[in-house]
Amino acid sequence: MRQPLRKAREGLIYGVLLGCALVSVVTMLGIITVLVSESVPFFREVSVWSYLTGTRWSALLEPRTFGVLPLLAGTVQVACGALALAVPVGLGAAIYLSEYASPRLRTLTKPILEILAGVPTVVYGYFALTFITPDILQRIFPAAEVFNAASAAIVVGIMIVPTIASLCDDALRAVPRSLREGAYALAANRLEVTARVVLPGAFSGVVAAVLLALARALGETMAVTLAAGMTPKLTLNPLTSVQTLTSYIVQVSLGDTPHGTIEYQSIFAVALTLFLITLTINVIAQRMIRRFREEYD
Amino acid sequence: MKLTGLEVRPPMTRTADSVRTSFVVEPKPVPERTPSVISIDRLSVLYGTHVAVKEVSMEIAERRVTAIIGPSGCGKSTLLRSINRMNDFIAGIGFQGAIRFRGRDIRDPGYDPIDLRRSVGMVFQKPNPFPKSIYRNVAWGAAINGYRGDLTQLVEDALKKAALWEEVKDKLSQSALALSGGQQQRLCIARAIALQPEVLLMDEPCSALDPIATARIEDLIDKLKAQYTVVLVTHNMQQAGRVSDYTAFMYMGELIEMDATGRIFTNPQVRKTQDYITGRFG
Repeated sequence: MRQPLRKAREGLIYGVLLGCALVSVVTMLGIITVLVSESVPFFREVSVWSYLTGTRWSALLEPRTFGVLPLLAGTVQVACGALALAVPVGLGAAIYLSEYASPRLRTLTKPILEILAGVPTVVYGYFALTFITPDILQRIFPAAEVFNAASAAIVVGIMIVPTIASLCDDALRAVPRSLREGAYALAANRLEVTARVVLPGAFSGVVAAVLLALARALGETMAVTLAAGMTPKLTLNPLTSVQTLTSYIVQVSLGDTPHGTIEYQSIFAVALTLFLITLTINVIAQRMIRRFREEYD
Repeated sequence: MKLTGLEVRPPMTRTADSVRTSFVVEPKPVPERTPSVISIDRLSVLYGTHVAVKEVSMEIAERRVTAIIGPSGCGKSTLLRSINRMNDFIAGIGFQGAIRFRGRDIRDPGYDPIDLRRSVGMVFQKPNPFPKSIYRNVAWGAAINGYRGDLTQLVEDALKKAALWEEVKDKLSQSALALSGGQQQRLCIARAIALQPEVLLMDEPCSALDPIATARIEDLIDKLKAQYTVVLVTHNMQQAGRVSDYTAFMYMGELIEMDATGRIFTNPQVRKTQDYITGRFG
């Protein structure tokens, strides 16, 4: 007699849990639908070709042109600068934690490193604007502008160091102990074991970590907007202000752009561009992680 | 030839060498004395407060196979790994007493463990080739240790000594991970030999292998002792009886008895050794 009650309860739990699982899937589908449907009218006005190859972005001022390359260049410049800084530091930290640090130091250091990942990004932005640019960059390079790509790259680099360090540390530690022991038994020193056995063994895991960090750097918004400014410019000079895909979206979203106008639609096209880039990188990273797991299972 | 149930050998690799196959029936002759290479002097090893090895003293004879047997957890692996200082990586480990290699205390601060490991090689329980080619696995240790001779020749010699050359000579550039378990273990032996050590420490080298691969490794150990001093840890008593010249029996961290293998297996002096060998515990 209690059987039907229990069955109903099971069914309810099943439904609630399924709903929870579906939330993220539905959200994802919703985002894609909105991005695509709002981008379509934009690409009716501006051809995909001229969007992708245009070298001038002037969405808000006449004459309007929508060439995404300056935004893309700003994004790539900041992200690559951040990686150039964060990969050596993050990987170095990971090697230290995994191969050199005593277990006690490790249990102390790793949580601190991970807390660093929890600092709000707007704090990093202010840090760049009020400290890195005036107190470091402008002292070394007096020509540096108040808003510049270099300071953005530096703070984004600091932001992604914990991601890289933590994921690389996991990858290095996943290399079996037996391989390390085999190398030590062949009269290798610690550096040789690390550089010639552990690092090659963890290679695909390290690449995956770097790609995930890159995806994060490309999508970083608040810190970059504050540090790099909002000047869409196709330049290699890191000391001048640039605009990234994300900071353009911020600029339009904060302004009083009316619905249905082309500049309003343009942010969806830009967001779609960014979404496709980070999606590709994430997919490659996931593949690398899977391949890495297969190597030692 | 009548054998007791203890003796299990695959039909292959039988030789006329009655010494190797018949210890159960007739005692192995006592081996000719050779000088001691490694001298262990009242060694104790502690993990924190747990005493894993307790005041063990033994001499390891040159160009002989010394087997260390005993039940799981008796400290035999810990003792073996102390000889080339592989235990150094374990946090909280402590040592008392001394191990001397060719008269020199291996824990002497001036004695670099890397120098020690050049002379004292090790083969592990589970084959652990690097995810590299067969050639690079064998050449690896010699290359990082600044070997100046002909690496290709060295690799060939090492593979021949490890009885693997014929099987792999046409695929040296293939990944070592594609080899069978037994081949991988012989590759690990070749890799250790390529460093031209004096001593080979083997930590249950056959425990992950099938009986045929095991028989080949045992044959190989028998050949290796012409040139190398071998210390073999095994939980397999028949294996100790087949391949070793001397056998040490350890129990709860202590060395209970050590003697020529023929005597240990036929006429042990300590009751506990006899109980273990006859299978009454362990």
